[in-house]
Amino acid sequence: MRRDRVSSSKENETTQAKLIPVYIMGKRYQVPEDLTIMTAMEYAGYQLKRGAGCREGFCGACVTVYRSADDYKLKAGLACQTVVEPEMYVAQIPFTPANKPTYDIKELQPSISAIQTIYPEVMRCLSCNSCTKVCPQNIEVMDYIQAAVRGDIAKLADLSFDCIMCGICAMRCPAEIVQYNMALLGRRLYGKYLSKKGPYLEKRVEEIKEGKYEQGMQELMRADRETLSRRYDERDIESG
Amino acid sequence: MYPDYMRESLKKVERTRPARLKIARSGEKIFPLMSAKEREEVLKDFHPDYKPDSLREIRVGANKGEKITSEVANLLESHSRINPDDFDLSRIDYDTDVLVIGGGGAGAAAALLARENGARLIMATKLRMGDANSMMSQGGIQAAVNPNDSPLIHYLDAMGGGHFDSKPELVRALTRDAPGVIRWLEDLGVMFDRDPDGNMVTKLGGGTSRKRMHSARDYTGAAIMRVLRDEVRNHPEDIQVIEFSPAVELLMDDKGQVAGTLLYNLETEEYEIVRAKSTIIATGGYGRLHIKDFATTNHYGATADGLVLGYRAGANLLYMDAVQYHPTGAVYPEQIMGFLITEKVRGLGGQPVNKHGQLFVFPLEPRDVETASFIRECTERDNGIKTPTGKVGVWLDSPLIEAISGEGTIRRDLPAMYRQYDRFEIDITREPMLVFPTLHYQNGGLEINDKCETKLRGLYVAGEASGGVHGRNRLMGNSVLDYNVFGRRAGIRAAVAARKVKLGKLTLDHVRRYEKALKEAGIRTSRISPILLPDYTRPETKSRQLTAHYEGTLR
Ligand SMILES: Cc1cc2nc3c(=O)[nH]c(=O)nc-3n(C[C@H](O)[C@H](O)[C@H](O)COP(=O)(O)OP(=O)(O)OC[C@H]3O[C@@H](n4cnc5c(N)ncnc54)[C@H](O)[C@@H]3O)c2cc1C
Ligand code: SF4
Ligand code: SF4
Ligand code: FES
Repeated sequence: MRRDRVSSSKENETTQAKLIPVYIMGKRYQVPEDLTIMTAMEYAGYQLKRGAGCREGFCGACVTVYRSADDYKLKAGLACQTVVEPEMYVAQIPFTPANKPTYDIKELQPSISAIQTIYPEVMRCLSCNSCTKVCPQNIEVMDYIQAAVRGDIAKLADLSFDCIMCGICAMRCPAEIVQYNMALLGRRLYGKYLSKKGPYLEKRVEEIKEGKYEQGMQELMRADRETLSRRYDERDIESG
Repeated sequence: MYPDYMRESLKKVERTRPARLKIARSGEKIFPLMSAKEREEVLKDFHPDYKPDSLREIRVGANKGEKITSEVANLLESHSRINPDDFDLSRIDYDTDVLVIGGGGAGAAAALLARENGARLIMATKLRMGDANSMMSQGGIQAAVNPNDSPLIHYLDAMGGGHFDSKPELVRALTRDAPGVIRWLEDLGVMFDRDPDGNMVTKLGGGTSRKRMHSARDYTGAAIMRVLRDEVRNHPEDIQVIEFSPAVELLMDDKGQVAGTLLYNLETEEYEIVRAKSTIIATGGYGRLHIKDFATTNHYGATADGLVLGYRAGANLLYMDAVQYHPTGAVYPEQIMGFLITEKVRGLGGQPVNKHGQLFVFPLEPRDVETASFIRECTERDNGIKTPTGKVGVWLDSPLIEAISGEGTIRRDLPAMYRQYDRFEIDITREPMLVFPTLHYQNGGLEINDKCETKLRGLYVAGEASGGVHGRNRLMGNSVLDYNVFGRRAGIRAAVAARKVKLGKLTLDHVRRYEKALKEAGIRTSRISPILLPDYTRPETKSRQLTAHYEGTLR
């Protein structure tokens, strides 16, 4: 039953995939052709400590640079999401450093001034588009940077939403911009200050504070299994 | 791309779609809900937890004599990584008010609230902060915010979902704090999906009777975790983060209080001693134990380390006999085996259908029931679709979503799903996904009360590592909520308590006692825990590592 996307022993016995040669950190290994770079490294005998997190394309821990056969271009991708190719050269890199400027979100204005103060280098974008070309999430990175430069925080927040903060764009940026950190600041500003807030949430938080549900809650907590079970079965269900 | 031999079945799904769409649009029940009795039967016959060898009695520790998941029993009946005699506990490397073990959502929320309550703290984590299950949740977070909903209805849903086994005080805390948590996250700048009036977009989830699922596209977990992590990093003067340093054993003092931990630096292989007045375990779940050989949705570090640490020190476990399988894990393509297909797909109207294109179960039964029904469809009824490598699954008809809610819905509301399949040339707006249950969530864990206290003084637990909040079955959206609610509570309680704690002399006697208990129970094993990382090295490779030394799974 087990078929994790990892090169576990069991799985490799059942895998009938063809073996292909890949170069991992400069050394040639034969690995099944249907593995990802991450599982290929494990197949080859690596025990990963760094460079593996979610293993599903959500955390950005597994950035890998590689070159395909007969191609001069240096590519970058997520090891957990990229399937190996014959004769590819793979090098795993640790992540981009995590330190960043600190700020107090409560003190900031949701405008270009916040970005200019905290990430002033954004203004130096050369519009070279290198970031967009490497983003494994296919995000229009340069466009969100340009939105930031214009002070369009809503656009910045929207375009950068799917960013997994892998850092590949920053490694390629000739202007030394740390796109993903800046984008997160933009989204936080948008979420906190700019998005329109409806009344329901505030109202419910107040009701709870005033103890509106406390008595009902105590009753439910005291109810025996049978009573709860009955009330559960009788509850009406909102339709989709 | 699907192999050609699946075309015929795919055609059938297409052919039955208009009729299914019509019923879905009519607002009528698309499929009858199972009665309590039917649910019981399908669980008994098909849920992996009900297999005879799935449970066994644990022979040592606070839960001695109780039947728990066999793989967990094995993990607990294992030796420590360390020999207590090797450590000079007077040589302290870090001294802190609060220690948070784990850098996922629960850990981050705890750290922020402990700090707000005046503590200085250390957060130690095995992988990078945030590379955790918390980053991966897609579907959403529950909170009873709409006018037609209330914390009481939420309470009833959660209790019923957990088969009425949850601890009432914990469910109260969960449902009562929920709207406040959303408010807190909004205030930190999490971008939730909103309607044009600015109220939250809410959806149904499995086992919820109201639209209560809040989301941030299908990157809900990431949207929250990224913000929490950013905020933790905004306070380096108060919160020191130590990455790639798993805790391998708790420390206690001679008064029986938990007093910190031993950290193992994965890179330099040194051990370090952290003395803390309050210790919070927030190490998450156990998917990487691959229970019953299932694939898992969990992150690489989900190896139940916290359970081992707490149990060895004397804390007790609750509901470690119930494993949560998620009904919809990918079975094809091979590369994404186990990958979670968020429940939101069914929340938006996607339907599970068999090889004949027939809907065979209400799409949003509680997870365990849905899982058992999928397994029944693929085994007893033989209505599954086989993959080229001999796995089997059912279709999850995603194109129906576009038919119901209009073109573009999937790319807007499920971009992560769309992207994942697009990488393998499957367009889920036009073709269904092939799914089978996958190991997803640790329902039980270390028992806590509503202040996140355990029975050991000085030890707090929050998040997936804890037990009692979800009884034997968690509902979607209640665990992202859980790590926020109880992470916050643990942080507050730990910080407040730390002000008064006086620590005695540090000791590892509990480890010695546990070793003794193993011996007395006649347990002879070479197993070592916590395992820290799963073992994915092939036996062929191992057979050539002639001078390598393995401590458990670690080289
Ligand atoms: C793919 C996926 C989708 C999900 N979708 C949803 C959803 O839609 N809604 C919902 O409510 N829930 C969902 N869940 C469940 C939910 O995300 C988790 O239950 C929750 O995030 C757990 O949070 P946590 O902080 O307790 O653990 P985690 O976020 O897993 O964090 C655990 C942390 O502990 C660290 N750690 C582990 N061992 C040690 C050690 N020995 N020493 C130090 N640190 C250690 C890890 O490195 C990690 O940082 C989903 C889970 C997964 C995997
Ligand atoms: S924008 Fe940059 S950090 Fe974000 S996903 Fe794309 S490459 Fe990675
Ligand atoms: S790589 Fe840097 S300079 Fe080039 S477009 Fe992107 S942000 Fe601008
Ligand atoms: S391991 Fe998380 S993105 Fe690859």
